[in-house]
Amino acid sequence: MAGPDATASMDASSTAATLAATTPGATMIDFRNVAKNYQGGPAAVENLNLGIDAGKITVFVGPSGCGKTTSLRMINRMVEPTSGTITVGGRDVGTIPAPALRRSMGYVMQSAGLLPHRTVIDNVTTVLRLNRVPRATARARANELLDTVGLSAAMGRRYPNQLSGGQQQRVGVARALAADPPVLLMDEPFSAVDPVVRAELQQELIRLQRDLAKTIVFVTHDIDEATLLGDKVAVFATGGRVAQYAAPEEILRAPVDDFVAAFVGRDRGFRHLSFSPGTSVPIHQVPSQVWDGTNSASASTWTLMLDDGNRPLGWLAPAGGSATPLASALLVPGGSLFHTGDPLRNALDAALSSPSGLGVAVDDAGQLTGVVKGEEVLAAIEAARTARAHGSRLPRAATPEGGH
Amino acid sequence: MEWALANMGQIFSLGGYHLVQAVVPLVLSVAIAIPLAQLARLNKGLAAFILSLGSVLYTVPSLALFVILPVVLGTKILDFANIIVALTIYAVALLVRSTLDALNSVDEGIRQAATAMGFKPLQRFLSVDLPLSVPVLFAGLRVISVSNISLVTVGALLGIPSFGFFFTDGLQRNFLTEIMVGILGTLVLAVLMDVVLVLLQRVLTPWLHTAKIQANDAIPLPESAAKGVSA
Repeated sequence: MAGPDATASMDASSTAATLAATTPGATMIDFRNVAKNYQGGPAAVENLNLGIDAGKITVFVGPSGCGKTTSLRMINRMVEPTSGTITVGGRDVGTIPAPALRRSMGYVMQSAGLLPHRTVIDNVTTVLRLNRVPRATARARANELLDTVGLSAAMGRRYPNQLSGGQQQRVGVARALAADPPVLLMDEPFSAVDPVVRAELQQELIRLQRDLAKTIVFVTHDIDEATLLGDKVAVFATGGRVAQYAAPEEILRAPVDDFVAAFVGRDRGFRHLSFSPGTSVPIHQVPSQVWDGTNSASASTWTLMLDDGNRPLGWLAPAGGSATPLASALLVPGGSLFHTGDPLRNALDAALSSPSGLGVAVDDAGQLTGVVKGEEVLAAIEAARTARAHGSRLPRAATPEGGH
Repeated sequence: MEWALANMGQIFSLGGYHLVQAVVPLVLSVAIAIPLAQLARLNKGLAAFILSLGSVLYTVPSLALFVILPVVLGTKILDFANIIVALTIYAVALLVRSTLDALNSVDEGIRQAATAMGFKPLQRFLSVDLPLSVPVLFAGLRVISVSNISLVTVGALLGIPSFGFFFTDGLQRNFLTEIMVGILGTLVLAVLMDVVLVLLQRVLTPWLHTAKIQANDAIPLPESAAKGVSA
């Protein structure tokens, strides 16, 4: 959709740039003793105290009915708190007229929430028009934004029902960004699209955030999404209690109680590998050939087949005694790829998913650099654990989920 | 047929009267029913009251209403205002219910999205709720338009001109052709009104009449879709 940079890796230097662009440690949104009770029910949110950092993505994650969406909606007064105060940029939101407050924040919701009777361009200009920005200026800005979120200007003339779910979600993001608000509220924005599109939109959000450095509050029930996107993650337990509020790496490594441990799930050890850099895993040479459609298997080893650009295509199985010549000439599809700069999680997954047991490593251009061995990835994991145990915190690796 | 040709002037003039007596109440009833329905939507107690009042009013016989209204309004018995007011009452009585259904047919998620973007309540009602309720609203409006056209004829019993005159006159003269012309004229008007309403609805709901475009036609295959299956 948006070309190669849509999935470009968020490397360490750009993370640093994002950090430099915002005031470190500044609190943009502050919940103080906030409670919400609905009549006759248990507290939806009880005594919430939370500071949300400026220019960062803060994720509210938790099971259904834990008050995460209620908490989000109290920020723009879609829900009024029963008690307590919420400040945004130091101002008590209760003192700002609700429509004006809402226009000062972007809002993206699950099913995009586009106005079905307005064209895409008119949807994007909604908030600008509400703010009495002249039509021509608003439209020019909207076209810019469509481009930013990877949609062509021609899409602007369509109605929402003529777009795919992923495209609608992009329009939803463009609309939220239109008035250039410092704060973006995102209520399970990607939960209604299929996993492939979701992964794309997630990478796109990371890319956008690198340029925009908005204060984003993101609600999800998906712990993977939370640890991927969040600079900080607040794990909500039933009743709107925040069980843990920390960097995602810390939540996976050291869940504060049984609830958080159970919520982050039994794969959390594996997920945590997303935060350990994979640079220490040795890369080995591997027998490889350029695939011309007629290659025949060597006697005893798996051979990696490459295209003429040195990019891996698949494996050729060793010619075992039972394999017929015809069958052995067929390419076996490979597993996932371990890109230069990826964390240990991707190295391990590459090794585990490869038919040869050797994880294929490639550089940023997708060209073969070699293979990694499962046992050496495990050794690297063990080394990382030992290093952590001795107190030398490893820097957070670049892209937790295999962005490349 | 000869009779009809010979009386073309009268047919058109009665048809004109008929149309005005049907259209004006329809327009008025829309203007009255929309705010009433929105009030009913926002207040459950009021909703029960408004809806039952509508039902009760609709049960009042039309002839009785035509006779009572001049007394209440202080108008002359032959005044068009009587018919206009009476038919408006009937139309509102029916339309409030369908308008309420229409407003309730708007997706709550879209309403919330509009609110979250910063629409003020009246702004949102006029630019989001109302346009989106047009399809259901017009379904109700079309039924009422037909019922209005037929109710107008009752006014002929009081001597108010419409195609109903052909019924009373034809009956007194025992002249079937005249009655047939009256029925046919009424039918034509009803169909005409319906066509106008259908066209108006189309104009008001352009987003419902767009060709379904292939969702993926303008975007290249996402890179990540191909990822992880090569090598």
